[in-house]
Amino acid sequence: MSDSVLDQIDQVVKGNDIVLFMKGTPDFPQCGFSQRVGSIVSSYEVPFAAVNVLLSEEIRQGIKDYSDWPTIPQLYIKGEFIGGCDIVTEMQENGELAELLAPLKKEA
Amino acid sequence: MTPTPEEIAVMVRQGLPDAIVDVRLYSGNDHFEMEVVSAAFADKSRIAQHKMVYAALGDHMREAIHALALKTSIPKE
Repeated sequence: MSDSVLDQIDQVVKGNDIVLFMKGTPDFPQCGFSQRVGSIVSSYEVPFAAVNVLLSEEIRQGIKDYSDWPTIPQLYIKGEFIGGCDIVTEMQENGELAELLAPLKKEA
Repeated sequence: MTPTPEEIAVMVRQGLPDAIVDVRLYSGNDHFEMEVVSAAFADKSRIAQHKMVYAALGDHMREAIHALALKTSIPKE
């Protein structure tokens, strides 16, 4: 793994308020877990960046190294790793995600 | 070789000896659903809690288990 991939990932994570690393795209997800997280984030109507890890084997592995997290999708808000499908689903159910995203909605 | 739910529970308990582990197959033979309750999760973020479980599973998480739906919590008093 070259450091430049991790640097690239870092730039994307820090340069966008909300970033979702996923398999496929929000419109054409290619994995059920990515689909679920994509539709949860979309439901809050805040703009977010999505990275399709299937387009780059280096990013697909690099994002796992970056967060030290074994699975994809991975959601980042304000530069911070939030979690994957289980955690994002739990945070949607208990209202934590709405709280995190509310200030970003106003700016949009 | 994909581990069985029982084998997964044993692995988690090796890493988190006090843990109450409930693990089920939910589709095929390599998609698991697991709930782990442990006092070791106290004061840890949810990400840190999940990482502790993943660490207990070691390489099985990356190789044999295709999907693991995980829920962690702290024992209620």
